[in-house]
Amino acid sequence: MSARYSFLSLITNALNGQSGWTPAWRDAAPKPAYDVIIVGGGGHGLATAYYLAKEHGIHNVAVLEKGHIGSGNSGRNTTIIRSNYLLPGNEPFYEWSMKLWEGLEQDLNYNAMVSQRGIINLIHSDAQRDAYARRGNAMRLAGADAELLDAPQVRQLCPFLNFDNARFPIKGGLMQKRAGTARHDAVVWGYARGADRLGVDIIQNCEVTGFLRQGDAVVGVETTRGVIRAGKVGLAVAGSSSRVTRSLGLRLPIESHALQAFVSEGLKPLIPGVITFGMGHFYVSQSDKGGLVFGGDIDGYNSYAQRGNMPVVEDVLEGGMALMPMIGRLRLLRAWGGLVDMSMDGSPIIDVGPLPGLYLNAAWNYGGFKATPASGWCFAHTIAQDSAHALNAAFRLDRFRSGHVIDEKGVGAQPNLH
Amino acid sequence: MRIPCPYCGARDAHEFAYLGDATVSRPDPAAPDAEDAFFTYAYLRDNPDGEHREYWYHANGCRQWLVVTRNTRTHEILGASLARASEVTA
Repeated sequence: MSARYSFLSLITNALNGQSGWTPAWRDAAPKPAYDVIIVGGGGHGLATAYYLAKEHGIHNVAVLEKGHIGSGNSGRNTTIIRSNYLLPGNEPFYEWSMKLWEGLEQDLNYNAMVSQRGIINLIHSDAQRDAYARRGNAMRLAGADAELLDAPQVRQLCPFLNFDNARFPIKGGLMQKRAGTARHDAVVWGYARGADRLGVDIIQNCEVTGFLRQGDAVVGVETTRGVIRAGKVGLAVAGSSSRVTRSLGLRLPIESHALQAFVSEGLKPLIPGVITFGMGHFYVSQSDKGGLVFGGDIDGYNSYAQRGNMPVVEDVLEGGMALMPMIGRLRLLRAWGGLVDMSMDGSPIIDVGPLPGLYLNAAWNYGGFKATPASGWCFAHTIAQDSAHALNAAFRLDRFRSGHVIDEKGVGAQPNLH
Repeated sequence: MRIPCPYCGARDAHEFAYLGDATVSRPDPAAPDAEDAFFTYAYLRDNPDGEHREYWYHANGCRQWLVVTRNTRTHEILGASLARASEVTA
């Protein structure tokens, strides 16, 4: 087991030539059976295993990952954490996630570089101000923080924005000061180490290729490293949910889409927090290394390619230029794409079933990173108690059949528009 | 991606708008199982990794609806025909 990190361990290792560090987690080999198997070693899967052990006392748990942990969307996102949702099914869940982020580093004894630098959603018209005032009120009703800023207040925080753009003048913003960014890899590593210390086996290079069935029930998985039996199997494979559940004969209300992200060359500190453009889809923050990290819309057509195409690159950069023309001379360092589960209402699924012994965590759309702690916390509860927690009670799979969809954007069953 | 429009030739995907899976078709609202059939039609998708038949609308071109066959792993386009002519059935 890896040692507890402390000021003392830093000094001790500094004096003995950094020779005392041990691996942060064991590279476990699969056992024949577990109480719970979590498929998917991203942030959500590892967080689920951690909270299963910590909150529910279930330690005989394996996390199966087809590559190395954090090599999917956990390593491809733009690291933003926030809880600025509108609808009652969503906002309390995301606010719980925000609260878990705030205590995460002490809880995990790991530096996840959580930085509450604030997010500003810009306002460009009177109608948009009304909509954001409503959203801010909904956030405050759920216990989150929100502040409506006027144009001079935004100018004080972000003097570099193009306030007097003829088409998209900036009239103000909705600010959540507790929002910000976290280090995505450190979140994965922190949860992996935390789960490992509580006895969870993290099994890498172990792709699930099929399921063991007993009648209707799922009683284990077939993997590239052999058959593993389990009392319960939880899926946390957003991006590939349809692909993994196909062998079970399930069709999900999900399409897989490509979402791109971009990072510029490093600059001195420039962007105070996270800024979102209200008249095009563009959002930006600045990493601790100095690069501007930004993105926009999904590519908009079904894709499993983990890369996008030029039209969206152009659209994102145009949005950036409209918002802050000063980035025109900046060089783009890297661009990449990830696979996201786009659901039919734009909201996630954390539910028991749909088969006995199976539990589903899916459909994180383009916003799974911020949800990592609460997703793991709620999924662990759902698996351990065989019923949803109040916080994820609305994220049911059967909401599409019953009509209780959670459609923040109000565009209907059209995944590429959410 | 360039989509080979039957009228306009190979054109950049930028000119097209995407609707989605072309293998689902609207059920008969008068059928006894209409409620179930509409749920399946509106919400459930195969979401294949590989060949996918899908609707694209040539919005900035001939304004025709197309059924395009495309590989979702590679983005390779395997063919396109007019949606009206193909009358896809589920």
